[in-house]
This record gives sequence, C-alpha cells and structure tokens, in this order.
Amino acid sequence: MAKPKLKEHIINSEWCKGCGICVHFCPKNVLEMDDEDSALAARPTDCICCKLCEIRCPDLAIEVILEKETE
Amino acid sequence: MAIKDYLRERFFPHLWCSGCGHGIVLNSLLRALADLGMSKNEIVMVSGIGCSSRISGYVDFHTLHTIHGRALAFATGVKLSRPELNLLVPMGDGDALAIGGNHFIHAARRNIDLTAIVMNNRIYGMTGGQYSPLSGQGIMATTAPYSNIDYDFDTVELAKAAGATFVARSTTYHTQQMTKMFRQAILHEGFAMVEILSQCPTYFGRKNRAGSAIDMMESYKENTTPIGSKSKMENPDLIERGIFVQKEVPEYCNEYDKIIEKAMKGR
Ligand SMILES: Cc1ncc(C[n+]2csc(CCOP(=O)(O)OP(=O)(O)O)c2C)c(N)n1
Ligand code: SF4
Ligand code: SF4
Ligand code: SF4
Repeated sequence: MAKPKLKEHIINSEWCKGCGICVHFCPKNVLEMDDEDSALAARPTDCICCKLCEIRCPDLAIEVILEKETE
Repeated sequence: MAIKDYLRERFFPHLWCSGCGHGIVLNSLLRALADLGMSKNEIVMVSGIGCSSRISGYVDFHTLHTIHGRALAFATGVKLSRPELNLLVPMGDGDALAIGGNHFIHAARRNIDLTAIVMNNRIYGMTGGQYSPLSGQGIMATTAPYSNIDYDFDTVELAKAAGATFVARSTTYHTQQMTKMFRQAILHEGFAMVEILSQCPTYFGRKNRAGSAIDMMESYKENTTPIGSKSKMENPDLIERGIFVQKEVPEYCNEYDKIIEKAMKGR
C-alpha cells in the first residue's frame, strides 16, 4: 500500500480555542500557534499523516486531508 | 460517514473550555460510531446535567438532556420501549457516581444493554470545582480548601462488583485505545461501562496545580499502564487501562420479553 500523502491541513479558526494540544503532541513538530492563538500548519512537508492532531483536538477544529490515492 | 455529519454544527464552537477533555471524548466517540458505520437514526444519547452532559446537545442523534444523576433511569425507559436502538449514556463523575450512584449500580446489576461512559475529571466542573466521589484524598476543591479527606471510588471496581458485563478504562491521551473501547462497548450486548479520565484544566487543574490541559494529558500517559503490565507490579500506584470485564450474560430486555411471553401463555 502506498504511503498516505498529505493534501492539506484544514484548521477551523472559528472553532479552535488555542489549547495547543495538537502542537504539543505532533510527533513531527509540524504545527505551531499563530499570532491569534489558532493552530497553523507551519511545516506541512514534515507531516506523516498520522492524524494524531485531528484525533486529539477537543474542539474538532483540525482535519488532515489526504491526497486521493492515485493508482 | 464523516464525523462532522454526526454534529449539530450550529452549536459550534462548543461551550467547553479550551483544552477540556470532554471534547476529546466527543471526538473519539464520533470516530467509533463512524467506524461502526452507524446511522444517526439508530442512536439515542441520554445525558444528565454537568459540563460533560452538554455532549448530547452537540450530536445529531436522538438526544435527551435530562436531570442530574438520572440519565441511566431515562435511558432504561427508552431502551425497554425501543430495544432495537443503541443507547449511549455519557455522564460526569458527579452525575454518575454521586447523585446518580444508585442508578449506576442498579443499571449495571440488571445488565441492560446500553453504553455508560463516565467522563471522569474528578471534580464538579459545571458548578465551580466542588469535590466529587472520585476526587480522592488530598485533592483541593472549592469545598475542600484545606484538601479533601474522603476516599474515592474506583469506578472500575464498582462497576465490576455491581455486575457490569463490560468494564473498561482509558484516558484522553490514549485516544486510539478509547475509540476502540467505545466500538467494543457499543457492540457488547449488556451493560457496558467505559471510564475515561478527562482533564478539567479550569477547576481541577488550577486548584491542584496540575498545569495546562497538555500537562494533564502528559500525566495520564505517565500515571497509567496497560492491565497486568510489569510496571504495575513495580509501581502499584499506576492506574490500569484496558478491558477489565467482557462476558456474556442474559440481557435485561431479552429477559423481559420472555416474561411477557410467559404471562401471555394461553391468552
Ligand atoms: C438535582 C440537582 N442537584 C444539583 C445540581 C447542580 N449541579 C449541576 S452539575 C453538577 C455536578 C457536575 O459535575 P460532574 O457530574 O462531575 O460533571 P462535570 O461538570 O465535571 O463534567 C451539580 C452538582 C443540579 N443541577 N441538579
Ligand atoms: S488541538 Fe484543536 S483547539 Fe487545540 S490548538 Fe489544536 S486545533 Fe486548536
Ligand atoms: S497528522 Fe501527525 S504528523 Fe501530521 S500534523 Fe498531525 S500530528 Fe503532526
Ligand atoms: S469547567 Fe472543566 S469540565 Fe467544565 S468545560 Fe471547563 S474544563 Fe471542561
């Protein structure tokens, strides 16, 4: 099976409360908090698409979207 | 089904504080339901009162937001009248085990088929940080300004002793384990109890100098261990995570049907 490939992080800044959980627990240090205390994908090329950020977000504010698997 | 489809998005952003563990429980629960491919119409969520109980407002299932401590009583009524539906009953630790303690043990004893979720933050969040029967000795609370002297319940031991036929525990740090447990609890036929250690940074965290939501989740990682692990033998203070009980016992609604049949014999 091909490795999952990242398309983008969708971060809903209306819902994000800036807890920093996604930033802290990301194994690849992909995320950061922006000036408005909302999460931001600062280093998307380092992302391994584990989705831990999405799964642990208490505000359901972050989604990891994968590139559709092309054969 | 994408988990967003299970939400009542009009009520978002939700009212829980930044970093509140209850949101992580919601997140994991929706993933479990999506994994099982469940449709909204086959799920009924019944909650009582508390920050935790607010969860029923955020999901687009059949929902009842009832009264403090009585969620299991309402859920029992729904299940008996519509046994084909799946009942989810999320509760706070105060809701489930202080005011609702009696309903808890008797629902477990009857082995009625529903999924009880105890969102244990060891404090009354909604009313401003009073201690609960799960706070334990030495904990600071608004009602214990010089520290609590009450011993705490062990939710898992209590559920086991009361007769629950599925008993499990995890934490908001261990989200993948939590989601898997929810799936198994929902599929279980009988009374399933899943306790999730869930941080309240606002009251429990501040009063007990437990740090931020992140620090509290780190402490779940450090202070828990899989059931029967070697580290538990070396450090008995570690809290065990996993499935403690999973057994097949005749279920209440089925037994009730049999009684109806018996009573109707020859009529
Ligand atoms: C009959 C009744 N008694 C007391 C209250 C006040 N009350 C509301 S929520 C609550 C406790 C909340 O704590 P918990 O159930 O642990 O949930 P949390 O808010 O921590 O998630 C109390 C005592 C009430 N609403 N109804
Ligand atoms: S975990 Fe969610 S709410 Fe917290 S900072 Fe990240 S996106 Fe925002
Ligand atoms: S998917 Fe994993 S690696 Fe990528 S940002 Fe989220 S936590 Fe980090
Ligand atoms: S008071 Fe505590 S339990 Fe209630 S929403 Fe805030 S963090 Fe969560």
